[in-house]
Amino acid sequence: MYLNSNTLPTPEAVAKVFWLGCVSGQLPFHLGVTLLRLVAGFSVAMLLGCAIGIVLGRNKKLDAFFDNWLVIFLNIPALVTIILCYVWFGLVESAAILAVVINKLPNVIVTIREGTRALDQDLLDMARCYHFGKRKTLVHVIWPQLHPFVMGATRSGLALIWKIILVVELLGRSNGMGYQLHLFFQLFDVASILAYTVAFVAVIQLIELLILKPLDKKALRWRR
Amino acid sequence: MTDIQINITNKTYPTATQPSIANLQLSLNSNEFICLVGPSGCGKTTLLNIIAGLDNAYDGEILVGQQHTHPKIGYVFQNPRLLPWRTVRENIELALDDNQSPEVIDALLEVMQLTQAQHVYPERLSLGMSRRVAIIRAFAVDPEVLLMDEPFVSLDAPTARQVRELLVKLWQQRPHTVLFVTHDLREAIALADRLIFLSASPMQAVSDIIVPIARSERGNELAIESFRQQLLQNHPEIKQLL
Repeated sequence: MYLNSNTLPTPEAVAKVFWLGCVSGQLPFHLGVTLLRLVAGFSVAMLLGCAIGIVLGRNKKLDAFFDNWLVIFLNIPALVTIILCYVWFGLVESAAILAVVINKLPNVIVTIREGTRALDQDLLDMARCYHFGKRKTLVHVIWPQLHPFVMGATRSGLALIWKIILVVELLGRSNGMGYQLHLFFQLFDVASILAYTVAFVAVIQLIELLILKPLDKKALRWRR
Repeated sequence: MTDIQINITNKTYPTATQPSIANLQLSLNSNEFICLVGPSGCGKTTLLNIIAGLDNAYDGEILVGQQHTHPKIGYVFQNPRLLPWRTVRENIELALDDNQSPEVIDALLEVMQLTQAQHVYPERLSLGMSRRVAIIRAFAVDPEVLLMDEPFVSLDAPTARQVRELLVKLWQQRPHTVLFVTHDLREAIALADRLIFLSASPMQAVSDIIVPIARSERGNELAIESFRQQLLQNHPEIKQLL
């Protein structure tokens, strides 16, 4: 009953829609818009999160003060922050990015904070003895130890941000994948939904293969 | 090189009831190889950390020449503490001051027989080799005091002997003031110009003895052993510290 129907289109049908979407430029455009939001939201969340995470990991007093807030922000539903951002700041691009950042930030902070707490004190003492200074210590002693935590935050973060961005777009933007998916839902166009999903997964795989894997390989080349 | 005066009136850990170090005075002559000998747990590492400036919670003073300051140090820790993600050469280079020329590294690598291994990551080194790298790093910064905290403790006897001989060779080429902590009296006699014996809880200097054996005779096990016997006879107070 479902075969060859609109509910479960054949791979050929999906491929056809995918191809038409690519040729018309619609699919690359909306995918590109979503990717831009992803890059913006992700970069801001990672930079801020790493900085705050390192500070909290090194400073017990600040950590004790912010610990509860962190748990609260970790557990506020994404939908709530998105709606509030739109209500308070209007249906604008910066509100959309801000909503993404607020959702991702606590995650990065917690991961990097745990990493900072696990830093090897012996190596830090060695760096102090040999007068490494702040910059050398950060680059050569602290950062390599945080690498697994940063990569963890990156991978789980990309997955989380994708999902949030689509909701952000669905609720308050007039372009991007989330907006398109909403449109297809109303038209009951399952083939298009699947075509966009395939494009989506392909991009994620490319990011993993072309950016994350080489980064891992370079950073971990010292391991036996 | 200036002489260094160490004066620690009191060092008590916050959770401890009695001081770890009380009224300890040491004066280090320049380019002197001093071995600190004392029982495990008597606070030798604490003392080195104070001199290194890693531990500032103590009463007392450290004088370099006439100045109240911490000496520039090279520190060979009990574990080599090399950065696993940097090669041997990079580990040494990172310790150098910005104005120091990296050429000194080549000469040091050669004496310590590590030229071949300079681009290797520390995980691939044997224990003895990583100790040698740590020693090179400490010499490379041209310190006012070289601190060594039982650096050969986990090595087997032949390797320890080999590294010890290389250390002495390096030190004779580039004399520095050395504070070498150990609880092995034979090792101390083989290395030191001067032995300082330390008691535990609180740490105090018990005896201060010059080792009269010529440098050329230090490889001679018999000479070491006979001096050790003589020491134990003439200074019964050090027996309980070993």
